[in-house]
Amino acid sequence: MRDTLSSTISSVTDLLLRSPAAPDVLTEQTGAAFAPVSPVEIEARAVSKTFGATPIFSDVSFRLARGEATALVGANGTGKSTLLRCLMGLIPTSGGTVHLLGQQTNEIAGREMRNIRAQVGLVSQKHNLVPRLSVLSNVLHGLLGKHPGIRHWSHSLAPQSSRETAMQALERVGLADFAHRRADRLSGGQSQRVAIARAIVGAPKVLFADEPCASLDPSAGEDVMELFFRLVRDENVTVVFTSHNIEHALKYGDRVLGLAQGRIQLDATAASLSSADLRGLYD
Amino acid sequence: MTDTAPSRNERTRFELARFERPSAISFLGYVLGLVIIFWCLAGAGFSLEKVASSPPRFADFAARAFPPNLDPQVLSRLSWKMVETLQIAVAGAVIGVILSVPVALLTAKGLIAGPWVNQIVRTGLSFIRAVPDIAWALVFVVAVGLGPFAGMLAIVIDTIGFCGRFFADDMEATDKGPAESLTATGARKLDVVACATIPGSLPAFISTSLFALEKAVRSSTILGLVGAGGIGIELKVGFDLFDYPTAMTVILMIAVVVIGIELVSGWARTKIIGEQR
Repeated sequence: MRDTLSSTISSVTDLLLRSPAAPDVLTEQTGAAFAPVSPVEIEARAVSKTFGATPIFSDVSFRLARGEATALVGANGTGKSTLLRCLMGLIPTSGGTVHLLGQQTNEIAGREMRNIRAQVGLVSQKHNLVPRLSVLSNVLHGLLGKHPGIRHWSHSLAPQSSRETAMQALERVGLADFAHRRADRLSGGQSQRVAIARAIVGAPKVLFADEPCASLDPSAGEDVMELFFRLVRDENVTVVFTSHNIEHALKYGDRVLGLAQGRIQLDATAASLSSADLRGLYD
Repeated sequence: MTDTAPSRNERTRFELARFERPSAISFLGYVLGLVIIFWCLAGAGFSLEKVASSPPRFADFAARAFPPNLDPQVLSRLSWKMVETLQIAVAGAVIGVILSVPVALLTAKGLIAGPWVNQIVRTGLSFIRAVPDIAWALVFVVAVGLGPFAGMLAIVIDTIGFCGRFFADDMEATDKGPAESLTATGARKLDVVACATIPGSLPAFISTSLFALEKAVRSSTILGLVGAGGIGIELKVGFDLFDYPTAMTVILMIAVVVIGIELVSGWARTKIIGEQR
């Protein structure tokens, strides 16, 4: 009886905290020395994922506040990219719940899901541009979540206002002069900058980046990371990025989550960590 | 050197690996395969005696067919029939390719339709391919009457069966990365398909469409045999009336046009998508 009562009180409290009038606020310390007081944009509760009989990770829980940049690190095969896809709702979790921008992703679908995703951007390791289309068309595709339909399929059909928005995004990544070039005629670094333009063109609240500089040489990778974080810091965007580069995780992340042996083994502010702390995750 | 040389046992092991003895089931499989092949040859009336006696008959036909009929009036009539043949092929192939895109979208797994729809449409395409184009021509001759329109409809259906299947396979094999990036930003399925999947599959679409055009040209040359327009009727009449020189002219015209289309198609394929395929 007492258990039932306490569970009910807990549910009601959760409900109140999650109502639009009282946005969920991160008031407790999750991880090491981490205590910003900001609305929570992403929350994972006991998330697990298995592929067939193979467990990838389990009992993953964390809350990420608005404007926070979180580095997700871990060795190959620990499920960083899979976790990222679970957070975006691109693949279902096997257990637990994910809240993205205040919505539980496994409870919504269709238009509701698309509305949430329209506030999200993704930058992938392999750029994922459409090779035969122009750079401008590729960037315009980043607006499809907010403006679905044929007019945003190509730069030739797009309304002037969208073309200007896309050109501004290209200007911000320094590639406005390449707007009409085919995407497959770009270098790796340029392609990744176009992918960033596509991700930020819709002014997202949350950006996911899956090893954004893994396919680039160190210099181009550094340039891309500098650019990416300069752009998102200005807009108070919440960022979750995966990286094998320990220096990048410490330099660009406010917080570091370390995955190892299928669990979150490390959750701390970047400032409190050293390279040696992160190397332990790869042993 | 002698330390690294394989021992006698190792050599024996390597030699055994070269000649692997088939299992009893494999052996039975090989025997069954051979039996089926001989059974089919018997059913097809295969006869070495007939093969041996055919060269003189073929030489007799060649002697009667050569030189081909190059009478200007005949050439003019056959040329117009060949133009009609190409019109049937091009019109049928173009309409078929266009209609194949929505059909392929319904066939490809994980795009816009569920697995049941995928399977139903895929089965429909298998049925279309299972029926030969000449049979479709017969059906359309009954439905719309004699003439090139029946031939064009047969080409349309045949092209849908061919391109619908291959377009779907191409879209399923396309890099999923761009589609995932657009899905992650809230794009609808239709927008994702239009902006990522189809542009990503375009080189394969173009290649398949050019093959479909070649196939349509080859098919359209024989549809006339069943009254569905084109030059095929001239071939039939030539053989029926033992007018072998005219029949030979038709055969040579078909060969020239089909080879020409294949060359143009190959050139276009290289020009449009060469570096990417």
